[in-house]
Amino acid sequence: MTYEEVIFYVVAAVTVIGGLGVVLSRNIVHSALFLILSLLAVAGVFVLLAAEFLAIVQVLIYGGAVTILILFAMMLTRVRDLPTQVDGPQKPVAFLVAGAFLGTSILAVTSTTWPGQTDKIHVISFQELGNVLFRNWAIPFEVASLVLMVALIGAIILARAEEGE
Amino acid sequence: MIPLNNFLVLSTILFSLGMYGVLARRSAVMILMSVELMLQAVSINFIAFAVYLSPEQFTGLIFAIFVITVAAAEVGLALAIILRLYRNKATANVDEADTMKW
Repeated sequence: MTYEEVIFYVVAAVTVIGGLGVVLSRNIVHSALFLILSLLAVAGVFVLLAAEFLAIVQVLIYGGAVTILILFAMMLTRVRDLPTQVDGPQKPVAFLVAGAFLGTSILAVTSTTWPGQTDKIHVISFQELGNVLFRNWAIPFEVASLVLMVALIGAIILARAEEGE
Repeated sequence: MIPLNNFLVLSTILFSLGMYGVLARRSAVMILMSVELMLQAVSINFIAFAVYLSPEQFTGLIFAIFVITVAAAEVGLALAIILRLYRNKATANVDEADTMKW
């Protein structure tokens, strides 16, 4: 086992432990903290895939903005007495469905041979990425910024207190 | 060199965890967090395929950037909707938002 693989298994284990914490923890704040752990570990996975830019964006946007927003949502919608039942009555069915999905997907993934697989990871430089993003994908990029603006305006209008509230 | 399958299996596990969370949880905020886990799994998949199968084009990498953008917009909007739900029903529990249930 090379050192690369050792690092991968460590990072993957942290990711999965974080994910388990998110879905199994009974305390909603603990869930959010596990989510941060998992998201940072995913940034590590991106580094192993030689996608440094994505790793940086991951830490900035997920590790920073998204988790803060989720913690805000928790703070603003706090119910006085914590609900004793955090999972609905559909929990066993959910477990079955997710387990079945996991089993079939892993079976499908491991029994497929992917064509044209490279045997050396080519590090994609920031310059290359920027070139492709702003030349070949310029219109989707602009549409993405429009989506962000529309979401922002929509969020403000939705969350604004109406008169008499 | 880590085999491609390792990344795919990791992303499958993460996606299943998110799926379980979405189906089992009652709080809207918890469902939102589980959706984030699923989006992470999708990003890992996109990037792994881009790096291993088409390193010259890396379209998957571009897609992962868009996934992150849309996820940011989604979290903002979801927060606004949860706030509105909380203001109308005094709860963030999705089971109680059943006005349109037939």
